[in-house]
Amino acid sequence: MAYQFDFVDVFKYTDVLAKGIAFTVTLIGVGGTLGIAVGIFGAWARGYSRMKWLDWTVGAYVELVRNTPFLIQLFFIFFGLPSLGVKLTELQAALIAMVFNLGAYSTEIIRAGIEAVPRGQLEAGASLAMSRLQVFKHVVLRPALQKIWPALTSQLVIVMFGSAVCSQIAVEELTFAANFIQSRNFRAFEVYFIATGLYLVLAILLRQGMRGLGNWLVFGRRSP
Amino acid sequence: MMEFTLWDVVRNLLLAARWTIALSLTAFVLGGVVGLVVLFGRVSKSKRLRVAAMGYIELFQGTPLLMQLFLAFFGLSLLGLPTSPWFAAALALTLWTSAFLAEIWRGCVEAVPRGQWEASASLAMGYLQQMRYVILPQALRVTIAPTIGFSVQVIKGTALASIIGFTELSKASTIITNATFKPFTVYAVTALLYFALCWPLSAWSHRLERKLGAAHRH
Amino acid sequence: MPLIAIEGLHKRFGSNEVLKGIDLGIEAGEVVAIIGKSGSGKSTLLRCMNGLEAYQAGKITVEGTPVTQDETDLRHLRLRVGMIFQQFNLFPHLTAGRNVMLAPMIVKGTAEAEARTIAAKVLERVGLGQKFDAFPDQLSGGQQQRVAIARALAMEPRALLCDEITSALDPELVNEVLQVVKGLAQDGMTLAMVTHEMRFARDVCDRVIFMHLGKVHEIGPPSEVFSNPRTPELQQFLGQLH
Repeated sequence: MAYQFDFVDVFKYTDVLAKGIAFTVTLIGVGGTLGIAVGIFGAWARGYSRMKWLDWTVGAYVELVRNTPFLIQLFFIFFGLPSLGVKLTELQAALIAMVFNLGAYSTEIIRAGIEAVPRGQLEAGASLAMSRLQVFKHVVLRPALQKIWPALTSQLVIVMFGSAVCSQIAVEELTFAANFIQSRNFRAFEVYFIATGLYLVLAILLRQGMRGLGNWLVFGRRSP
Repeated sequence: MMEFTLWDVVRNLLLAARWTIALSLTAFVLGGVVGLVVLFGRVSKSKRLRVAAMGYIELFQGTPLLMQLFLAFFGLSLLGLPTSPWFAAALALTLWTSAFLAEIWRGCVEAVPRGQWEASASLAMGYLQQMRYVILPQALRVTIAPTIGFSVQVIKGTALASIIGFTELSKASTIITNATFKPFTVYAVTALLYFALCWPLSAWSHRLERKLGAAHRH
Repeated sequence: MPLIAIEGLHKRFGSNEVLKGIDLGIEAGEVVAIIGKSGSGKSTLLRCMNGLEAYQAGKITVEGTPVTQDETDLRHLRLRVGMIFQQFNLFPHLTAGRNVMLAPMIVKGTAEAEARTIAAKVLERVGLGQKFDAFPDQLSGGQQQRVAIARALAMEPRALLCDEITSALDPELVNEVLQVVKGLAQDGMTLAMVTHEMRFARDVCDRVIFMHLGKVHEIGPPSEVFSNPRTPELQQFLGQLH
């Protein structure tokens, strides 16, 4: 007997899916914002701080994150850290893992943007008596972000897809919702098919959102 | 209760790491083969093939790997095929890898100047001949660094196979954690093992990239 | 005491010695042109004066304060000595007005309204009062360079260093920039400029410095240097220009 697809059975759980989407959006919204902030700090630390130990520490952090799976980072934070006395809720652990992960990738991305800013820009800033930090903040950062905004957007999408594994520590995001529904109605294929479609839509919306945010924050030609 | 020493933990994780390596190699090699086919479609003269290849790439790049694993795992059984976590994981990771490699390689092929296509066409070469003798040899040099770089993503990607029940390094770490109640140690060792697998590849890729970048500047 | 005093300045890039002992004083209000072949060290000399290049031996002082690579000293120096670059180096993400306002606001702590007034004034001075809200990529090269001059002027420097400021410009745009510089000279600004514009050097400058192989080869008022070159190197250099 051929298998009968039944998608209607999934839509009975619209509220569960909606809640899952809300959690996924929260994860990427909060994790993304803080992760990029960490990335900006990391890029500053590596290229501008002139503190060898800080440069080295951030470099080691970046290599560590980029060469281990997000799942293990998440498990280490959620299951491992409590033995050091750090108790975290599922959502807290997931958010920390996302920030930790994205922070490393965006450090490298933003650093590449900073290195692409012409030397003359730095000299112009310096010749106007700006400090190194002021040059970084007012002269370098925005042009650098403009250059790497598309790469940063792609990384955010990757991190959002990665957030699916947060279901493994029972954060009630979209994949968790899908797991929950298929455990109730045994329509695994249909549920994951729909969840996949929802991720696809979320990715498109995230790209749109980043475009809007970019136009407002980094590409914006705000007249004084 | 049995007492686990650190060495027991490491030994068992190392045994499981063999499966991570096996799955990575499978996905990388098969993904490379499929990726090459997708690449030919992606840069072919036929618009239909190009659109199909683009759709394929978008589909696998535009959705989470975990969903692809679930769909492979549950989809295969729907098709009445005998399924196992290993087979589903190998299939999903192969397809996922192929899409990314095809896209990486497309960038390298397109970096070959237009004139090379025209020159080879003017010598009456067919499409496959152009690719085989003119375009790919030139693109190859540029592809090596990002391809090795992506192999790191494949290794990390195999961790998700644990979620559909394939016992590789990540799954083993969870099993051992449950047996030892030492999550800190076990996950730290696991992370180090992944690092030991991935970091040399990352470093190699970076070095090649720098070397190529330096060569271009001269 | 000269405004900018240089004694025994040596500068190396690796094993390549670019400045081989420079002694030079620039008085307040003086306009000095530095000429010479490319590679003679003239741009490097100028960049040392603003601390953009560190030097190995010798001494540079501005109003008696030595130029070092210490961050605090450097900022203090740059508050008094401005610099204009060959490639303009306007900040691409800011309007002309904002380019000018930025440093007064963040470095000197000038209030925004006052910075705006200053910016309007200096932009007016370089003939670009109506371009306040234009972005750099909406301006011609000559206009961009004039904004760069205005940007330096807004810091009220005691001296301006001009590093081949017309070399990147199309020939028809050179004059509008030189007119602005001439105006500054007439207002008594201290200027040290590396330039290839010999006519301008002859007409506007008080002294001309000819550099050759990392040394000041000849120095004197333009009438002497141009009409009566003493060394064969300067004769050859000037001869090549005609």
